[in-house]
Amino acid sequence: MRLSRPEAIVNYAVLGLFALISLIPIVGVVLTALTPADQATASFAIPRSLDFGNFVQAWNQGRFSQYMLSSVIVTVTTVVVAAVFSILAGFAFARMRFAGRNVLFYLMLIGMFIPLEAYIIPLYFEMRDVGLTDTYAALILPQIAQSVAFGIFWMRGFFAAIPSSLIEAARLDGAGDMRTLWQVLVPVVRPAVITMVMLTFMWTWNDFLLSLVMITSESFRTAPLALSFFQSQFVTQYALLSAAATIVALPLIILYAILQRYFIRGMLAGAIKE
Amino acid sequence: MTDQARAAQAHTSPGPDGDGVAATRRRPRRRDHRAYLYVAPAFVFVAAFVLYPVGQAIWISFFRWDGISLATWVGIGNYVAAVTDPALTQSFAHVAVLVFFYAVLPIVIALVLAALLQRAARLRGAGILQTLIFLPQVIAAVVIGVIWVSIYAPDGLLNTVLRIFGLGVATRTWLGDFSTALPAVGLIGTWVEIGLCLVLFLTGISQIPRELFEAARVDGAGFWRELFSVTLPALRAPLSVALTLTVVAALKTFDVVFVTTGGGPGTSTTVPAFQVYNLAFNQGRVGMATTIGIILTVLVLLITMLIRRIAPKDDL
Repeated sequence: MRLSRPEAIVNYAVLGLFALISLIPIVGVVLTALTPADQATASFAIPRSLDFGNFVQAWNQGRFSQYMLSSVIVTVTTVVVAAVFSILAGFAFARMRFAGRNVLFYLMLIGMFIPLEAYIIPLYFEMRDVGLTDTYAALILPQIAQSVAFGIFWMRGFFAAIPSSLIEAARLDGAGDMRTLWQVLVPVVRPAVITMVMLTFMWTWNDFLLSLVMITSESFRTAPLALSFFQSQFVTQYALLSAAATIVALPLIILYAILQRYFIRGMLAGAIKE
Repeated sequence: MTDQARAAQAHTSPGPDGDGVAATRRRPRRRDHRAYLYVAPAFVFVAAFVLYPVGQAIWISFFRWDGISLATWVGIGNYVAAVTDPALTQSFAHVAVLVFFYAVLPIVIALVLAALLQRAARLRGAGILQTLIFLPQVIAAVVIGVIWVSIYAPDGLLNTVLRIFGLGVATRTWLGDFSTALPAVGLIGTWVEIGLCLVLFLTGISQIPRELFEAARVDGAGFWRELFSVTLPALRAPLSVALTLTVVAALKTFDVVFVTTGGGPGTSTTVPAFQVYNLAFNQGRVGMATTIGIILTVLVLLITMLIRRIAPKDDL
């Protein structure tokens, strides 16, 4: 059904305006990052010539090469370990019967629902008492805990939805529990695993509070934490700041560009799935 | 961290007795004990790094403690102070303002945009618009904070645009002004959350039978009529999901405040999560900070449950 011309024009105008509003801050920061440092201002403008010098400076003198490496170490370790543990436990909760199953599952749900803000302070003292503050472990261990609390809930739902006949067929072929899980079931729920990995990657990479509390020495700073220090240090050096901000956001923007289907559909499936 | 799951809970039964589980009941019992080996690694992590510190947090909240010397038992003293001391209650008042900017405003805007997109069914580039408008959801809040600090700067984009339109008198240091700092922080949240709400609503609308819209238009329904009598009633489930996600995001605001205002000017943008950090690690009021963290958690859980209760259970 066609819309009347005036309504169509108003529709396009409103939609266009909001598309602009949502885009300008992101495009603007990239443009500022590409502007020669002496020309950059807080107002975004289209640079007369592209200059990658800000990226080079943030990466080398700004030491973002090191901070990004820290973030990669923390995030990749967390995501891999959490995925394996979530798949194992999610499978058990969906497909095995054992005493205390309900109690254990509800404890995991508590882990998923309680925000970090509730226990960050005792967690800090716990880590300090065992000498782990200012190490990657202080970030990785709690991140794995938060990720598996979600991952178990997530994987359990998908494993429960697999028809029993598939599992029985695998067993008839002589596959043990482990082989059934990793070679038959995990491939079936691959999209769910990818989505889980994306979400835990995003949460871990973007974390700020945990790093802020646990890390004081520069050598373990993650990229978002380093960016906040950078910001207070170079308040008015907009080109350099914008380059650093772009570097920190880039890995997720690339992942989102490639896997946006999983991001959007996964985040909504998480929200709507029955 | 797990806001998506939180929203998921709004629409699923929490118990582990879902479908498919019943089918495994015929399994031989002798396998059962091996389940503990599957669950153990995950459980150890959650117990050590979530459940144990949560228990400790509840205990600490009953003490006056600076984190170094001996703690003094104060009973519910910290809780009383948290709801009576104006310096502490104001952070909860600020977060209530943020709920308007993070939840109400984006939901209303996204509803109108979703309805517009729905009417212009063959709009070119609608998919791209969706992808782009969702993008802020995946960008670190610290990055978003840095971007908006420059937009709100004295010579930033906002003031420049105002000058172009001859509104030079309205220009100001948005984040440094007592009257505008909190709404300025809130609008960052609005910008971030519109995309999430829009995508949720568009997904909801795509499940409404097209005949309903066509019937409404045959009856001569205009934009607003269609929105209120066809679109809105069908969107109750996505609405409750959007409400859960955005309200929880507002309550937990920390990164953006830390980066843009640091709670200032004065204390005009302090929020509970900021107080948790600030009281514990800058002011040595560990017991008080922990108490605020627990109150914040109770608020988050209560609101999640409340929205879940009013949400429809039949559809979706």
